[in-house]
Amino acid sequence: MGVEFGVPLSEIATSNTHGEDSPYFAGWKAYDEDPYDAVSNPSGVIQMGLAENQASFDLLENYLEQHPETSCCQGSGISSFRENALFQDYHGLKTFREAIASFMEQVRGGRAKFDPDRIVLTAGATAANELLTFILADPGDALLIPTPYYPGFDRDLRWRTGVRIIPAHCHSSNGFQITIKALEDAHAKAVAANVRVRGILLTNPSNPLGTAITRSVLEEILDFVVQKDIHLISDEIYSGSVFSSAEFASIAEIVEARGYEDSDRVHIVYSLSKDLGLPGFRVGTIYSYNNRVVTTARRMSSFTLVSSHTQKMLASMLSDREFTENYIKTNRERLRERYEYIVEDLKNAGIECLQGNAGLFCWMNLGPLLEEATRERELSLWKLILLEVKLNISPGSSCHCSEAGWFRVCFANISKQTLDVALWRIKAFVEKSNARKPQA
Amino acid sequence: MTRALPLDSDDADDHSAPPRSHAGGSVAGAGSGGGGTAMRIIVPLQGVVQGRGGLVLGSLIPCALFYFLQLYLKRNRPSSPSPSPPSPSPSSSNLSELSAIPRSLSRGLISPRGSSGRASLSSRGAAIARPDDCPYYIGFKRCVDDPYHPSSNPDGIMQLGLAENQLSLDLVRDWLESNLKESFPGDKETGGLSIRGLATYQPYDGLMDLKMAMAGFMGQVLQGSVSFNPSQIILTAGATPAIETLSFCLADPGNAFLVPSPYYPGWNRDIKWRTGVELIPVPCRSTDNFNISIAALDRAYNQAKKRGVKVRAVLVSNPTNPVGNILSQETMYGLLDFATEKNIHLISDEIFAGSTHGSNKFVSIAEVLDAEGFDRSRVHIIYGLSKDLSLPGFRVGVIYSYNEHVLAAAAKLARFSSISATTQWLLVSMLSDTKFISEYLEINRERLRKMYALFVGGLKRIGIECTSSSAGFYCWADMSKFIRSYSEKGELKLWDKLLNVARINVTPGSACHCIEPGWFRCCFTTLTEKDIPVVVERISRITESH
Repeated sequence: MGVEFGVPLSEIATSNTHGEDSPYFAGWKAYDEDPYDAVSNPSGVIQMGLAENQASFDLLENYLEQHPETSCCQGSGISSFRENALFQDYHGLKTFREAIASFMEQVRGGRAKFDPDRIVLTAGATAANELLTFILADPGDALLIPTPYYPGFDRDLRWRTGVRIIPAHCHSSNGFQITIKALEDAHAKAVAANVRVRGILLTNPSNPLGTAITRSVLEEILDFVVQKDIHLISDEIYSGSVFSSAEFASIAEIVEARGYEDSDRVHIVYSLSKDLGLPGFRVGTIYSYNNRVVTTARRMSSFTLVSSHTQKMLASMLSDREFTENYIKTNRERLRERYEYIVEDLKNAGIECLQGNAGLFCWMNLGPLLEEATRERELSLWKLILLEVKLNISPGSSCHCSEAGWFRVCFANISKQTLDVALWRIKAFVEKSNARKPQA
Repeated sequence: MTRALPLDSDDADDHSAPPRSHAGGSVAGAGSGGGGTAMRIIVPLQGVVQGRGGLVLGSLIPCALFYFLQLYLKRNRPSSPSPSPPSPSPSSSNLSELSAIPRSLSRGLISPRGSSGRASLSSRGAAIARPDDCPYYIGFKRCVDDPYHPSSNPDGIMQLGLAENQLSLDLVRDWLESNLKESFPGDKETGGLSIRGLATYQPYDGLMDLKMAMAGFMGQVLQGSVSFNPSQIILTAGATPAIETLSFCLADPGNAFLVPSPYYPGWNRDIKWRTGVELIPVPCRSTDNFNISIAALDRAYNQAKKRGVKVRAVLVSNPTNPVGNILSQETMYGLLDFATEKNIHLISDEIFAGSTHGSNKFVSIAEVLDAEGFDRSRVHIIYGLSKDLSLPGFRVGVIYSYNEHVLAAAAKLARFSSISATTQWLLVSMLSDTKFISEYLEINRERLRKMYALFVGGLKRIGIECTSSSAGFYCWADMSKFIRSYSEKGELKLWDKLLNVARINVTPGSACHCIEPGWFRCCFTTLTEKDIPVVVERISRITESH
């Protein structure tokens, strides 16, 4: 694709590497054009392809209403406003970093410590992941990513950086858990193709699976990266969305347990977009145990700073322990309830989901509905569900899943009423499909 | 082109001058500022090459050159190459000099602080991780570490290196205090706060409400002479990502922009760093009052072509930074003609558009385009609220383009640098209050005018002349008569004295790629009137000793 006439543009501007031709995004578009509304558009597309958490907005609303000082200017005097308006230091507001460090510790049940001076702020986790990729890899190098993975990575990690992604395939036979064999295979593939692997990127808990990686697997992965002398990026953006705190092990805990041995290759990405439901605020962080990565990331964050106004506002909120403890607890419970509700309901209709324990979505298996277990059939099914059933769910193939028929279904961004409508539609569709199938 | 040391310098034996190029710069950048000094070598060389100059010059000059060349190369050889681990990848040639860095022995087991790094970074990351060696940033840091305060730290360093406007912050603050409730979008049903409008994912390139308010604001800044279209606006978290994003859209790695110099030092990082785009300075001369010469642009374009480098755009600032000129309409026509002839882009960074204090009227490239029939698809404007509205902390930048493909690409790239929704809503209210904005702009200009006059007057009294500038937060001061050797090194020595003896941070022209030594950018908008005599007195300590 290029511009035939007019002033020439760069490869980046004209190429297809933006990866937005995938169903993942096409579904959104369909939703944007025909969004479901219980009253005004009951036959519209229901959005279940967007991992947004709206389950606990009321808590946030109450807080902000009760704490007007969260806005940067009230009663604070000229010197305070002045400082805030002028503050563009890429170190970020100390109070804000301290608040985030504390919040990250709370999310991990106090099982790991975070040093505020190792926190680099970025405008969202999207920027954090891209920054790390720029820093850790050169154009043409590769990152290994276990599948299935967040479709946005194809765009965010590759687009401007020129870095490649090599999938490490996981399978339903063991619940899609990551195995060293999968990593070894992917690594060998890179070597054979003359491509240098610079690191592994994990999402823990996983998107789209909705499962937390077990401690023993994390230990193995850390050993693997040490052995290969590569980096480990752990995107823990959903760490606060694990239904039960005890079931989540952060790489930070493992690093600490090892006395920070080999920690210089470990980097954690976090954000307030999922756990706190504040994607609009654009707050992401890189936490690295590597001093030079911290320094470099900080400098590079010049391209993606968080508004000082927002930092100040959120610093108050995140430092309020009473609020955060209650929020984390309540949020977990609501997500778990929602998850169990959906999974139970789907099960009654004969639809299985992966046993999950985290996240804003469930990993649903519609494999039995496919005549052939192929990507093409999965996409036809996806299109059918989108256009006829009017549900936007994300096909596993856009997440590079090695097995056809899996779909990610987001549940935290819609009301219970809407969810019921969606479930009803799915069940009706499945019944219809089963009726159509020739009986064995 | 390597920077050989000047032969006629008193300081020829002193090799301690910091290298010119910024830490993130590529090798190509290293010689880019060397025009002036190189000239002093080339001219005598021409004589030798042509067989004139006799035996003495004929043998002495080449020997001297050879000697200095060896010294230069020795000084600039990449540090301790460590054998890279055997790797089949083509990228392995991007040696990380880092693999040999020793682990920190003082690392405690309890501390979360990791070791100094054995796992290697990308070659980009490595270059970036090196300490800053550009005066522009060194001065900054010194100021931060030891800031002047009239009572609590009178010996601290005064900040004249930061183009920030604090003159009218009180106006903004007052407004915010009386309009607090507008900080969040209201929920029409309940009348309370509506967090849904804030917290959920928003368009990455900015809320349409803010684009509309911004278009209106930009129009007000230009006093109604241009009407901006909100659909041609991409909002980014500051002008820094705006210019970088635009660069990604317009040029591939290895391509170049022509940039009339002196220019804003930040561009070296903002544009060259991750995009791999080269910046070619095109020197402007004091004899021209540092105005842009189309002929010089043309020469630079051809030189680049000879080198096999593809020029993709001309980048100018208007009002200019660091000089403070306003581009004439004639110059703008010239730029548009030039860009059209070469089929390249024109980027106009107009971030100081509302910060004019002189009698010349500011004309935006947008106004020129409106009037004439140029191909607009090659024109792009950078703007933001860091200067005109003194809100650098809020991170608000604008790409304004007439090219739909650029807009489409930039809108996607904006995901990496979006403005916080809550900040956007706050600004929608503020920018839509046209009465406030109008008063603000007028009062601000008045204050700038006053400070400019006082400051320039103060400098004049101690024998320092400034160019007559019409805009910006700074003046462009000629301190060449106070430097010992008329060279970049001499200038840096003076800069060093100003910083460490006079304790003021100003930006040396060499950091801005000015080829005439001795010019300094002095920002006055972080000072109060009382500070001016203090600054003048301190500078005079240096100048009087000459």
